Amino acid sequence: MYGLIGKKVKMSQIFNDQGHVVPVTLVEAGPCVVSQIKTIDSDGYNSIQLAFGKKSKRNTNKPTIGHLKKADIESAKVLAEFESLDTFEYKLGQKFDSSIFHVGEIVDVRAKSKGKGFAGVIKRHNFATQDATHGNKHTQRAPGSIGQASWPSRVFKGMKMAGRKGSGNVTAQNLEIVDIDKENNLLYVKGAIPGPNNTPVFILKK
Amino acid sequence: MIKDNLRDDIPNFKTGDTLSINVNVREGKKVRQQLFKGTVIARKGSGIAETITIRKMSDGIGVERIFPLHSPVIASIKVDRVNKVRRAKLYYLRGLSGKAARLAEKK
Repeated sequence: MYGLIGKKVKMSQIFNDQGHVVPVTLVEAGPCVVSQIKTIDSDGYNSIQLAFGKKSKRNTNKPTIGHLKKADIESAKVLAEFESLDTFEYKLGQKFDSSIFHVGEIVDVRAKSKGKGFAGVIKRHNFATQDATHGNKHTQRAPGSIGQASWPSRVFKGMKMAGRKGSGNVTAQNLEIVDIDKENNLLYVKGAIPGPNNTPVFILKK
Repeated sequence: MIKDNLRDDIPNFKTGDTLSINVNVREGKKVRQQLFKGTVIARKGSGIAETITIRKMSDGIGVERIFPLHSPVIASIKVDRVNKVRRAKLYYLRGLSGKAARLAEKK
């Protein structure tokens, strides 16, 4: 298994053996159901599609309902593919949960980050602010120069400027699984992961 | 797990109370207990992240220590004296010394 779809529950902390505080994020890992198996013969590449969560029938379109029916799933909040070389090992309707992970394992967690709206260059691209004194007026958070003069008499493509920030996929790499609550299917992942609480996350095995 | 980490032996106490806290001190392989006795000047946070700030006078020098309330470093907590205070945070005690820094006991 290469990973699971889950849900970020909240952040908290635990104490380790030395009595030190360890910041953790609680992640509900699955249960995920195999909803489609793609192979080179049928689709040109190997992957398995996992279904996670529940969604009301009203909000699910009929093609999706029909698609999920093949694996005997009622509804799914998130459908995602995981590239997989050993597709033959899986069966439609097979279930996976936190038990595929073990304590001490290092994982990557990918999620959609919080949207920050229209942000300036200081926040968006980590530009330095201008001087607050020495005669500077009204331009403390301005980007400064964005290019040269008569040559090239244009602004180069990709120039870092203000704009929409956040709301994109961010992967937090190399996070340790500190503890696993098998009863509630929760992973205790060390550190922070992107996105707000209750956001769908992808827990990727290394 | 978080539930397992929560202590259930924390007595009822408020800001201003005088506490005796036995702290586990690790020296090599041995664990020794050290007493820290002082006034609670702040109680912050909730759940597992709750902390208390204890202030005591040590040879005329003010010493403050912040304890995570649910930390395993704390061996035991005992309430010595319940004091009458009118504030949730007693940071004003830092500017006072001697007789002025006393708190009245609650009857």
